[in-house]
Amino acid sequence: MKAAGSKRTATGIFEFMYKYGTLITILLLVVFFGFATDNFLSQSNIISIFRSISIVTIIAIGLTVSLAIGGFDLSVGSTATLANSIVISMFVWHGLNMGLGIAFALIACLIVGLVNAFLVINFKIQDMLMTLATMFVFQGIAMTYTRGATVSQNMIMPNGDFATGKIPAVFKSLGLVPGIIIVMIIVVLVVHVFLTYSKHGRYMYMIGGNPEAAKLSGIAVGRYRLAAYLISALFAGIGGIILGARVMTAEVNSGGGYLMEAVAAAFIGYSVFGAGKPNAFGTLAGAVLIGILTNGLVMMAVPYYAMDIVKGAVLALALAITYYKRKH
Amino acid sequence: MSAKAAGQLAMKDISIAFPGVQALSHVDFEAAAGRAHALIGANGAGKSTLMKVLSGAHDHYSGEVFLDGKAISIRNPKNAKDNGIGIVYQEVDTALIPSLSVGENIMLEQTVYGMKGKHLMNWRKLHREAEAVLSRMKVSIPTRRLVQELTLAEKQLVLIARSITRECRFLVLDEPTAPLSHTETERLFDLVTLLKSEGVGIIFISHRLPELYAICEDITIMRDGKVVHSDRIANVEQHAVVEYMLGTKLDGQFPERSGSIGEIAFEAKGMKDPGKIDDVTLNIRRGEIVGIGGLVGAGKTELCRALFGASESAAGECFVDGKLLDCRTPYHAVRSGIALVPEERRREGILVEESVAANLTAASLKQYTRFGLWISRRKEYAAAAERIAALGIKAPGPDTKVKHLSGGNQQKVAIGKWLLVDAEVYIFDEPTKGVDVGAKRDIYELVAELAARGKCVLYASSEFPELMGLTNRIYVMYDGKITKELLTEQTNEEEILLYSTGGLVKA
Repeated sequence: MKAAGSKRTATGIFEFMYKYGTLITILLLVVFFGFATDNFLSQSNIISIFRSISIVTIIAIGLTVSLAIGGFDLSVGSTATLANSIVISMFVWHGLNMGLGIAFALIACLIVGLVNAFLVINFKIQDMLMTLATMFVFQGIAMTYTRGATVSQNMIMPNGDFATGKIPAVFKSLGLVPGIIIVMIIVVLVVHVFLTYSKHGRYMYMIGGNPEAAKLSGIAVGRYRLAAYLISALFAGIGGIILGARVMTAEVNSGGGYLMEAVAAAFIGYSVFGAGKPNAFGTLAGAVLIGILTNGLVMMAVPYYAMDIVKGAVLALALAITYYKRKH
Repeated sequence: MSAKAAGQLAMKDISIAFPGVQALSHVDFEAAAGRAHALIGANGAGKSTLMKVLSGAHDHYSGEVFLDGKAISIRNPKNAKDNGIGIVYQEVDTALIPSLSVGENIMLEQTVYGMKGKHLMNWRKLHREAEAVLSRMKVSIPTRRLVQELTLAEKQLVLIARSITRECRFLVLDEPTAPLSHTETERLFDLVTLLKSEGVGIIFISHRLPELYAICEDITIMRDGKVVHSDRIANVEQHAVVEYMLGTKLDGQFPERSGSIGEIAFEAKGMKDPGKIDDVTLNIRRGEIVGIGGLVGAGKTELCRALFGASESAAGECFVDGKLLDCRTPYHAVRSGIALVPEERRREGILVEESVAANLTAASLKQYTRFGLWISRRKEYAAAAERIAALGIKAPGPDTKVKHLSGGNQQKVAIGKWLLVDAEVYIFDEPTKGVDVGAKRDIYELVAELAARGKCVLYASSEFPELMGLTNRIYVMYDGKITKELLTEQTNEEEILLYSTGGLVKA
């Protein structure tokens, strides 16, 4: 009886930690870095943390939607790169206005989503493998489009002239505080409401939970999978555009680095408040956790090149907890 | 021991229980070398369990096994193989490695057990030996072909070949003919005859009476975990076999049927699904419960899925009140007013990780939304709570995750989902499978109530007492075809079973 009792307590502790572990970790990290460094809790640093996580969060939110239907969109990083390249080049090369520049970038992203969905749905290939392939394809397309060069104002064009287009000032404000943080918060709220309170969100979770049962309940599974990949690509595109606004250039493979952090944020998010499935607030919490960790470690003079060790370890831990929970 | 004991396999007083079920109780079974022994019984009678005991798949049974009069210990699959007992399960794919060659699959056991101290494969020897086995069976399959390229019948032959690579004295074939075509079956029977002549004892599980009479010498009939009859097959009439197989009646379980039966409302014409169902045509009147009878593998589930648009390869036309329905996919079928309660509850019917409320409203969510978009929790929970009470679902509340409910309550949720949709045609596929007695009664009542409301109900079941107690009319399926249409009040279980086993069809 005693053994059973202690086992139950152990399960209880695991349940508690599963639900609140991420939030507790965030709190502990804040306390730790607050004591260990001088500036961590300063207002400017806190704002800088939120600014630094906004792009990851937006991209991770799109990934979250693809995870909700039981898919996995690995091409979000490349899609962000593509959007970044297109939006900046539209301004710099073609002198388009802000609306048109963003529209072209988002249209390109929707095509990306369409291609992903078409391949995954029609060829019944595992989502992760298929999008691994398209990740390279879209990355290559973005690079080919920019001819392997960084796009920026006054860049030298192939014919030797300087590019004359200017990036609109309003566009720049999207990448500054508070614009960048506002965009992030809107994205999180919209997707949270969509996934939790709309019929379509409910259907997506059903498909993710049991595609066969969802199909036999009369849900148009194919259409929702298509929608999820479109949404995923769309948010990756928004992330890429915001990235462009923040750095005002389009570097080669600029979005690639966001993939890993987005995956980590989304998987950390599974457990937040015991949701047990991909969800928007959880993903935000995951991004905050990674952001605090990165920021604090930088302040403690941990070199940037060692940061991937920490991020990778956090992802591994989040995965371990998610899969352990599924079995128990 | 007498001379009779030589070449004799005997299982004595075998009992085995699984949580909640006494699968076998005090079973005695005997088979002889060089003869084929038919083992028959309704679903759940314990045939497969008995053969699993014999092949070492279960180790927690009581009782003893004798070979040539000597007690042998069979506690794991290796014990069984060492004693020359082989088994070919119905699901051949579980025992084969599809990406390896035929030769490697045939010689699998030698590769695993016979390579002690060796590290290099002798490929030539392996393929030569595999070829020798196949030629002994008078079968020609190139040993270097990959198993994934084979037909189902060929895969079966590969498994039989594997069983006889070592000395094989008794070979169990568990429903080997169910998926085979006529010519493939004949080829298998030739092989069985050949093995018999070599002195191998065959234990042949099948639901198909004519086949058993064609190749078996002896027969054992099981029911409810017990052996009810064992004799030379020539001494037992087909009708008698059927009588022995039938289980106890479920009297008093079934609701009184009221309400009148109207005109034909639902019609399905020329339903086809290659290899599964063949040209099925049926109709249902308003307020009528129509049964689909037949044994496992007869094509009942495939028919239900085809009607619901859940099989991509299926073709055929469905009509309600003479109007052609669009049933390309389940999505379209639901919009056309068809509902399906599928057989595999956990895999197809419910979302275990979701709440009872989410499950109940899965097919009718639009009714509980504002502007067809935002879910109204209040409306959703009110509808769910009302359903929970009406169906007698034992759950703490609409919030409870379905995985915490019992099987019977899960099934009520799977059915309840469709009661919130106003469908015209309800298809039930084995709805009482794995459900306790009390919940069964509730489910029968639900089905009867739907019919009383003037709906068309199609009820597929391999439990014939259910069909007798609940339906107005029964279509019997055998081998993917409807072989007989029976009026329930003019028939009996015996007749259904006879048509289900293909008896009388060829006569």
